[in-house]
Amino acid sequence: MNFDDTPQEAAFRETARKWVEANAPKELHAELSKSSLGRIRLAKQDIVDVGKAWQKKKAEGGWACLHWPKEYGGRGATPIERVIWQQEEGVYGKLTQPFQIGEGMCGPTVMAFGSEDAKRRYLPKLASGEEIWCQLFSEPSAGSDVAGLRTRAEKKGDSWVVNGQKIWTSGAHYSDYGLLITRTDPNVPKHKGLTMFVLDMKSPGVEVRPIKQANGMQEFNEVYFTDVVIPDSQRLGAVGEGWSVSLTTLMNERMSIGARLATGVPEIFEFCSNLMLEDGLAIDDPAVRSKLASWAVKASGLKYTSYRAISALSKGERPGPENSIGKLVSGMMLQDIATYAMDLQGAAGVLTGSDEETVQGQFQQMLLSSPSMRIAGGTDEILRNIIAERVLGLPGDIRVDKDVPYNKIPTKGR
Amino acid sequence: MNFDFSDDQKQLRDQARKFLTEKCSPKAVRVVLDGKASYDKELWKGLAEMGFLGVAIPEEFGGAGAGHLELCVIAEEMGRANAPVPFSSTVYLAAEALLIAGSDAQKKKWLPAIASGEAIGTLALFEGKGNPSPKNVKLAASNGALNGVKKPVADGAIANFAVVAARTGSSGRENDISLFLVDLRAGGAEVKSLTNLDPTRGQAEITFKDCKAEPLGGIGEGWSILTQVLDRAAVLCAFEQVGGADRALEMGRDYALDRIAFGRQIGSFQAVKHMLADMYVSATLARSNSYYGAWALSTSAAELPEAAAAARISATQAFQHCAKNNIQVHGGMGFTWEFDCHMYYRRANAMALGLGSLTYWEDQLIDRMRKKNAA
Repeated sequence: MNFDDTPQEAAFRETARKWVEANAPKELHAELSKSSLGRIRLAKQDIVDVGKAWQKKKAEGGWACLHWPKEYGGRGATPIERVIWQQEEGVYGKLTQPFQIGEGMCGPTVMAFGSEDAKRRYLPKLASGEEIWCQLFSEPSAGSDVAGLRTRAEKKGDSWVVNGQKIWTSGAHYSDYGLLITRTDPNVPKHKGLTMFVLDMKSPGVEVRPIKQANGMQEFNEVYFTDVVIPDSQRLGAVGEGWSVSLTTLMNERMSIGARLATGVPEIFEFCSNLMLEDGLAIDDPAVRSKLASWAVKASGLKYTSYRAISALSKGERPGPENSIGKLVSGMMLQDIATYAMDLQGAAGVLTGSDEETVQGQFQQMLLSSPSMRIAGGTDEILRNIIAERVLGLPGDIRVDKDVPYNKIPTKGR
Repeated sequence: MNFDFSDDQKQLRDQARKFLTEKCSPKAVRVVLDGKASYDKELWKGLAEMGFLGVAIPEEFGGAGAGHLELCVIAEEMGRANAPVPFSSTVYLAAEALLIAGSDAQKKKWLPAIASGEAIGTLALFEGKGNPSPKNVKLAASNGALNGVKKPVADGAIANFAVVAARTGSSGRENDISLFLVDLRAGGAEVKSLTNLDPTRGQAEITFKDCKAEPLGGIGEGWSILTQVLDRAAVLCAFEQVGGADRALEMGRDYALDRIAFGRQIGSFQAVKHMLADMYVSATLARSNSYYGAWALSTSAAELPEAAAAARISATQAFQHCAKNNIQVHGGMGFTWEFDCHMYYRRANAMALGLGSLTYWEDQLIDRMRKKNAA
């Protein structure tokens, strides 16, 4: 048992480290290091512009989407080399945020279902950041139950005409392409009537509107389709096979090993180390210590769980299912930590400005943003279902809509 | 990175599991649970023959000379099987104290006897309520004799010898405390069994009256040695707790698959699935923290104090959580004496207290994290 690289891994790490050292935008280091929670904001520059420049440089150096085959813009790197790269890329990895959906979800789906032409057309530009992708799955009435989606695509000659609406689309406003799942046959059960397309986001009839979220920010979009025409050549997988195509996408969403999830633990620890309560420092209070300790062992548990997965990759094995717990644990923890920090602040905790006693409102912001951590990318409840069914082998839910034609499924609760 | 047990160590785990499945069935555990024996003597003998008791004891002292990682994998299996033997007292506490502080003669006297299963050892630290603290040690040592009362002492009624924490000074500092080695069968120690939460591992009160004792380690070094012993034991116990948590989770999962209610498997209800998923989460966090503890223990890393506290907390929480919800998944059947759920519930809650309570270890973890942050 050790944390050491193998000689090959050490050599690879050295190469990566040197390249980052020579090429990274060091002027952004301090700013990127600071933004540990939530989305990245740079004071003077647009994250998409800076991100594109960094991604392009990486692509030229052979470090973009490095686990992809060379002919599609990657480096043919092994899974463990990808993890090592992420470790060495460090805080600069935050610059790749606009490309993560493309690299993590859309790219692998095109890789699995696209024609050779499609792969050569889309993947290298996706890898180099020249073209940004978004994922058009969720709808207002199809979230956890994404297969219940309503957006229609109807065949007209060699093309499809799309009408409907998607929601929660990160980056739709700056994306060039979208992975779009539609209903092509409402007369069969819901999973059987879906078809996947690659959508040119600049097509006529595509309208992107930002959503004002519960935390007051605007990070996601609604995307509306009015008679949008998509050539049949843009289809991924067979007609009616959209569900199995989407499973590839979603599987990749949950595969991000070694990704550091924000837990809030360093923040609450530092806060309690400095906060004076009536009887002294908060961290000297037994009740505070008990809370901190319980959160600290969750954070360390997640860290060493990811180390176990990395070790499996290092041996060329498939990591076990342990990594599926990451978002479930960290999402709830962020919310609890935010609530507790504000409790310690007492009456002043209600303030959300740049007040000294509330440490610039960082926990207030965490409180308001944390619900999304428990919903996006699979709700806590869906994640528990996945653990229960795929890891523990418990039966799937009894589905009352399984064999019912889509257009016979009730659409209203009451 | 190779943050995993080696193939040999995994093989040892399989071997231990196979052995314990055969020799330590729930039926065998119940013999001790029902008070028909004070511990499973046959199993203890078997563990000695398998080389498990001395796995981390050097060969020169009669052990297998493997190491702490090997002991961790065996500990996990002991926890899974809910083994009714004085393994933790003898192997994690007494043997480790001897390995850390024993003279050559002391090691020669006791370690081979531990490895062969002839001697059962324990640590006599607590004096009534309270957590590990120099202040709570009142038992006095003077002129090589001990006077005072220790309770609870795990496996005290069946132990041949004890490592006893005693007061040798009154400065109010840690160096008031020294450790002593006492042969409990040589007179001067009166032992009384106490009833406790988990009858599969006994607890006792030991009254020392002018009891002859020899120092273990230097006079005044007791607390520093004890801290190291408790850290090591915290990691090893964490593996027992992880094993117990996994078993409780498995029992709950299996029952949820077998039991039908409202015309379907109860494991198809989300209320039950989510409870089991949460148990899996706790058990996974505990396992990962314990692996880190194992790494720190096996490499004598400077991180051991922090890693041990984290492993202890995480594993205590996980075992309590899984044992508690295993009963809940079983419903009424889980509350019968006949079903095995309560054996894990008892063990989980007894283990949560044995080396000091959860609150104590949470306090320790924060101290240790602050020390590291300051450094």
